Amino acid sequence: MLKKLTALGLTLAASATLTAQTVINGAGASFPAPVYQSWTYTYSQTGPNKVNYQSVGSGAGLNQIKAKTVDFAGSDNPLPVEEQEKAGLEQFPMLLGGVVVIVNLPDVKTNELKLERAVLADIFLGKITHWNDPKIVQLNPGLALPDAQISVVRRADGSGTSFIFTNYLSKISKEWETAVGAGSSVNWPVGIGGQKNPGVCNNVAKIRGSIGYTEYTYAVEAKLASAALENQSGKFVTADVESFRASAANADWNNAPGFYMVLTDQPGDTSWPITGVTYILIRKDADPAMRKAMIDYFNWCFTTGATAAQKLNYVPMPENVIQMVAAKIFK
Amino acid sequence: MLKGDVFFKWLCLAAAALIGILMLGFFVQLTVSSSAVWRTSGIGFLTARTWDPVNDDYGALPSIVGTLVTTVVALVIALPLAFSATLYLVDARPLVGEILGHAIDLLAAIPSVIYGMWGLFVLAPLMQDHVQPFLVDTLKLDRLPVLGKYIGSDYNGFGLLTAGIILGIMILPYICAILRDVFQMTPPMLRESAYGIGCTKWETAKDIVLRYGLRGILGAIFIGLGRALGETMAVLFVIGNMMDMPDSLLAGATTIASTLANNFPEANGLQRSALFALGLVLLVMSFGIQILAQYYLHATSARRGEER
Repeated sequence: MLKKLTALGLTLAASATLTAQTVINGAGASFPAPVYQSWTYTYSQTGPNKVNYQSVGSGAGLNQIKAKTVDFAGSDNPLPVEEQEKAGLEQFPMLLGGVVVIVNLPDVKTNELKLERAVLADIFLGKITHWNDPKIVQLNPGLALPDAQISVVRRADGSGTSFIFTNYLSKISKEWETAVGAGSSVNWPVGIGGQKNPGVCNNVAKIRGSIGYTEYTYAVEAKLASAALENQSGKFVTADVESFRASAANADWNNAPGFYMVLTDQPGDTSWPITGVTYILIRKDADPAMRKAMIDYFNWCFTTGATAAQKLNYVPMPENVIQMVAAKIFK
Repeated sequence: MLKGDVFFKWLCLAAAALIGILMLGFFVQLTVSSSAVWRTSGIGFLTARTWDPVNDDYGALPSIVGTLVTTVVALVIALPLAFSATLYLVDARPLVGEILGHAIDLLAAIPSVIYGMWGLFVLAPLMQDHVQPFLVDTLKLDRLPVLGKYIGSDYNGFGLLTAGIILGIMILPYICAILRDVFQMTPPMLRESAYGIGCTKWETAKDIVLRYGLRGILGAIFIGLGRALGETMAVLFVIGNMMDMPDSLLAGATTIASTLANNFPEANGLQRSALFALGLVLLVMSFGIQILAQYYLHATSARRGEER
């Protein structure tokens, strides 16, 4: 704490004495946090201003921007345009990423396990309870599936990742839609709760026979096996940057007022079914100088930052979307 | 009176009053912030079992039950350990007693998040691989006539029992520290008289030391109880964070404190109010236990021949 305070004091002192550097504070979604941390670090080192980002969760980020305690918020749960108007906020998409289903089964490696839409929903509804259930075995003839209980792991805290995942489950299962619904936290029928993405990964790594969902980068870093999923076209696809990009290719941004768009369950043979867009929200009544500084930063993210994002398995926004953001927000 | 004395008197009064005002402030703040949920659900909030943020429907019972069960498990584990350890320490050879005593005190210095990490990385796998298979597959406790279904047969290392064990270890040093002081307060003459009339060590411990220090012992239990009720981080890691009514000891559950920690940052509107209401419930529970303890001690003090 003391260290932090001293560091803060030093940066404040430095920014006051040097070039009156602006400090931009952001908070919110943990889904894109690995990229945002790397961006804020690089930009603060090389750019004209300093940026901080706290990965506190989408909902907390929204609360903070509404309370004016931060300059921008990150959220995976897009606000409809009416709500943006009401809160005096502007929203634009920053990055695409994928949510993957991770499993801990002794002899199953990444992409070996196939799960069709109905089976995935039934597992999270608690209707399929064992790994050797005929429905799973039938899909995976080559795999030795144990007679073990399926332990579902999901987020314990409210989260944009959960919103993307439950939004997808609501689209593929009528029963999920009526019994549970979509939201950043829901009334889970089964499952152990983990704290944030790393907590879910930890629990899946610790519990044999578990299944969970997490943002792709976290699964890659924790070296957990992810499952191949069936997409809208009935094809089994594996999670990677290409399949995330494919699902974004068909999105119709022109007819998305306030950039409100949920990218789950998009058409296309190679589309990854659980792709999510993560958003930035800024205040309309932001101080002009601050607004200028933020636009400079976000422009940098869209251009120079794109390589760093790709290295961390996120997909930068397509060029036409960036131009739309530039025309509508960065004007 | 000197001027300094007057100043000092008011300073002390202010400091003392501050504690009362803070306590009152907590109650008022929690009541006001939770008023929305009391208006919508009324007292039924306490017995409702759902926690459904999508439909904005909240109930406190699973969290309350989880809190009580983990606390009881913790006490069941910690009390016998604390009693026997302390009885030994009080009579042990000075060097041994001192080293072991310090070791127990050091347990209290470990931050609770460390207990949580230990629970997640060491205890939970241990429970899944050895303890729970032993209970379920070897002893077949789940087939006991009446109790069986409360023990449960599905396990994955997490749940009420694991959380209770962690809590038990965490409250052990607090109970021990107080018990040690209490046992040492027994006048040596009483103990030596007991030995003199031929009492065994166990009889002396049971009839003299425990009897003499009853008030202090209850104090120790309540210190442990209070700590177990409100413990957050260590429990959060291993309890499973399931917002459903737990159906067995091996099932995942949640406690009031872990529900608050999990949901607070993202909560809005009625959910936030429901979380404040849970906070109020926790405060009232701790408060109620203190009052009950005081009342019990007061009511039984005459029987024990203590002066009031």
